[in-house]
Amino acid sequence: MEFDPVFLSRIQFAFTISFHIIFPSLTIGLASWLAVVEGLWLKTGNNTYKEIYKLWVKIFAVTFGMGVVSGVVMSYQFGTNWSAFSDRTGNVLGPLLAFEVLTAFFLEASFLGIMIFGWDRVTRGMHFVSTLIVAAGTVVSAFWILSASSWMHTPAGYEILDGNIFHPTDWLDIIFNPSFPYRLFHMITAAYLTTAFFVGGIAGWYFLKKQHLPHARIMLSMAMLMAVFVAPLQIYLGDLHGLNTLKYQPAKVSAIEGIWETEKGASLILFGWPDTLNEVTDYALKIPKLASVLLTHSMDGEVKGLKAWPKDERPPVLPVFFSFRVMVGIGLLMVLTGLMAIILYFRKGLFTQKWFHYWCLAMTPAGFIAILAGWFVTEIGRQPYIVYGIMRTAEARSPVLGETVFLSLMAFITVYTFIFGAGIYYIVQLIRKGPPSKEGASYGSHDLKAPPL
Amino acid sequence: MLDFSPFLDLPLIWGGIIAFAIFLYVVLDGFDLGIGILFPFAPSENCRQKMMNSIAPFWDGNETWLVLGGGGLFAAFPLAYAILLPAFYIPLTLMLLGLIFRGVAFEFRFRTNPEKRLFWDYAFHFGSLIATFCQGTILGSYVEGITVSGRSFAGHPFAWLSSFSLMTGVALIFGYALLGATWTLMKTEGKTQDWARKVAYYALTYVGFFMGLVSLWVPFINDDIFQRWFSLPNLIYLSPIPLLTLGLGMSLIISLVKKKETAPFFLSISLFSLGYAGLAISLWPWIVPYQISLRTAAADPKSLSLMLIGVSIFLPVVLGYTFYSYYVFRGRSSHQELY
Repeated sequence: MEFDPVFLSRIQFAFTISFHIIFPSLTIGLASWLAVVEGLWLKTGNNTYKEIYKLWVKIFAVTFGMGVVSGVVMSYQFGTNWSAFSDRTGNVLGPLLAFEVLTAFFLEASFLGIMIFGWDRVTRGMHFVSTLIVAAGTVVSAFWILSASSWMHTPAGYEILDGNIFHPTDWLDIIFNPSFPYRLFHMITAAYLTTAFFVGGIAGWYFLKKQHLPHARIMLSMAMLMAVFVAPLQIYLGDLHGLNTLKYQPAKVSAIEGIWETEKGASLILFGWPDTLNEVTDYALKIPKLASVLLTHSMDGEVKGLKAWPKDERPPVLPVFFSFRVMVGIGLLMVLTGLMAIILYFRKGLFTQKWFHYWCLAMTPAGFIAILAGWFVTEIGRQPYIVYGIMRTAEARSPVLGETVFLSLMAFITVYTFIFGAGIYYIVQLIRKGPPSKEGASYGSHDLKAPPL
Repeated sequence: MLDFSPFLDLPLIWGGIIAFAIFLYVVLDGFDLGIGILFPFAPSENCRQKMMNSIAPFWDGNETWLVLGGGGLFAAFPLAYAILLPAFYIPLTLMLLGLIFRGVAFEFRFRTNPEKRLFWDYAFHFGSLIATFCQGTILGSYVEGITVSGRSFAGHPFAWLSSFSLMTGVALIFGYALLGATWTLMKTEGKTQDWARKVAYYALTYVGFFMGLVSLWVPFINDDIFQRWFSLPNLIYLSPIPLLTLGLGMSLIISLVKKKETAPFFLSISLFSLGYAGLAISLWPWIVPYQISLRTAAADPKSLSLMLIGVSIFLPVVLGYTFYSYYVFRGRSSHQELY
């Protein structure tokens, strides 16, 4: 067996970052939602909000913990596995990551302690402020990391000196590189939707079990508000992002569409099987002209096929093609859920229709799957480059042996599978237990019997 | 474009900032890793609960300094980052896996029935132990020097393994145990406190032994280091460092005998800072020892300038609210369920 360090490092990076992104996706959404819930509690004095907060802040804590430990791994992998990349891009990407740590990580980590443990140690106002700060921290963190990631897709504001080292020439061009705004809004919205469907799914489960109904009503209503208003917005943002990709990474779009020949008035392939060997998409279910309409906003617009690029410039077609369909499919199901919710709301059936609660329960993991699929599209679609058009992934590797990477990959898979299993187990337990039944039975947010001071 | 290099020595300033971040990491995560190291030896479940509660609000903030150390090195000295991380591929990976186990143990332990906690207790302990040992080993192997060719690491995947690095790995376990014990001493009372005081004595004995051993060994690793410490007039200028270390060690013993509660922790930190200063003096001006200097590895001055602004604004803020969070959770730790 041949141990290729580049291939194994790619798998390891893909595995560890896919695992990692699940947690921030939920913490970005949960932090903002918890801030809203706590705000509503302070405003209305309705203790149901407080009880919802108490349940979800525990889930938030478990999620955040797993996000932290899997995130620390990421900050070292650039060096351990992609040292040539780090050496060449450090001048440009280093500051973005450093700003992420300085402006977001410390903020989140310090105020998270108060958010989880500080209920009895600070005033209500200060506790609310801590929640707000943590929520802001998660978004600021997303800002910097997406800026860095976007720069690798659409590098700008740099020059190459000393042979091959990237040097900055304009920080604003680097930070606000051409694909960054699209990627940022698409991802934040995705995190919010993921959280909404996660919360809505749990609410559906409570309805089905006829438990915690006051809490479930609030949770489901808030989740469905997101589905009604934000899911369609996400489709629109996704479309903008796609057009931006067409401008800067047209080969990725051709892989997404599964189009091989450059043509005018290209049809949209709904489903099919891209055959890389023969350079055709088999069993294609097509809608005439639609690809041209969607991508160029004209019936006869020209859409480039994959054959326009030499074979070593094309991304792997199959995973990009299918991941895209998974992502869009889930997005459409989310919009559909919103429509169903509107109809049920006006027929007064939102809290009574069992089938809808089953539907919501089934949609619980939808956001996570869509986010992973979306990242697969954009990251695999960027190949064979690590810095698009300039530096190839194969040039980025560290001087490590394939065998070493293989062992570390196996270790990560084993440990992460185990930790993930345990994390899901504990989250399910928390959900099963539900919100604290009666205010006053326990003190504060964490079942303390008395204030510790 | 923004560039302070004409009037500021940016590589030097950044070397200082990274050294400061790593030092804060060592001290802050040091005491909570130390708690993990001592965890199974605590006299009762009650004590363990108190120890865990005393660090639960802080551990991820503490670990963030490790991210700043790594991220900062990438940003300020990308060449050093690109050489050092592959050189330490195996111990770094083991350290990260150790940190994962101990990190999730905080949350998971609290959520498990007391009868079934044993697994997470040991995950916490061994995770902390492995992470500490790997950090010590990395430090030792760093001091011994790295094989470099061109702009990359050129050594063997196991080049980090040597008798010296294994020794420093063990030494750091006792170092962190001392920090953990004196922290526990400060944050608890009664039986837990008595136990922590006893542990601090033992740990201090070993720390003294290992500090002596390292001080005698390091000058023979590299001739320049020997010259730096033992040639005249350096011998005189640098003599305050070993003397102060001895003095601090003595006052630490005295503070333990006198049953002081907060002094031992801060004296232990001072002991660490002197050891750290000693290493910094030995290794100057290298960032990849004996191969690449701070200046050679430094990032573009424009990058360093931008980040300097960021650090000047945000580092005081970070330190401010880190302090605030320690202030909010001041006082003795309770054994009650925090979560």
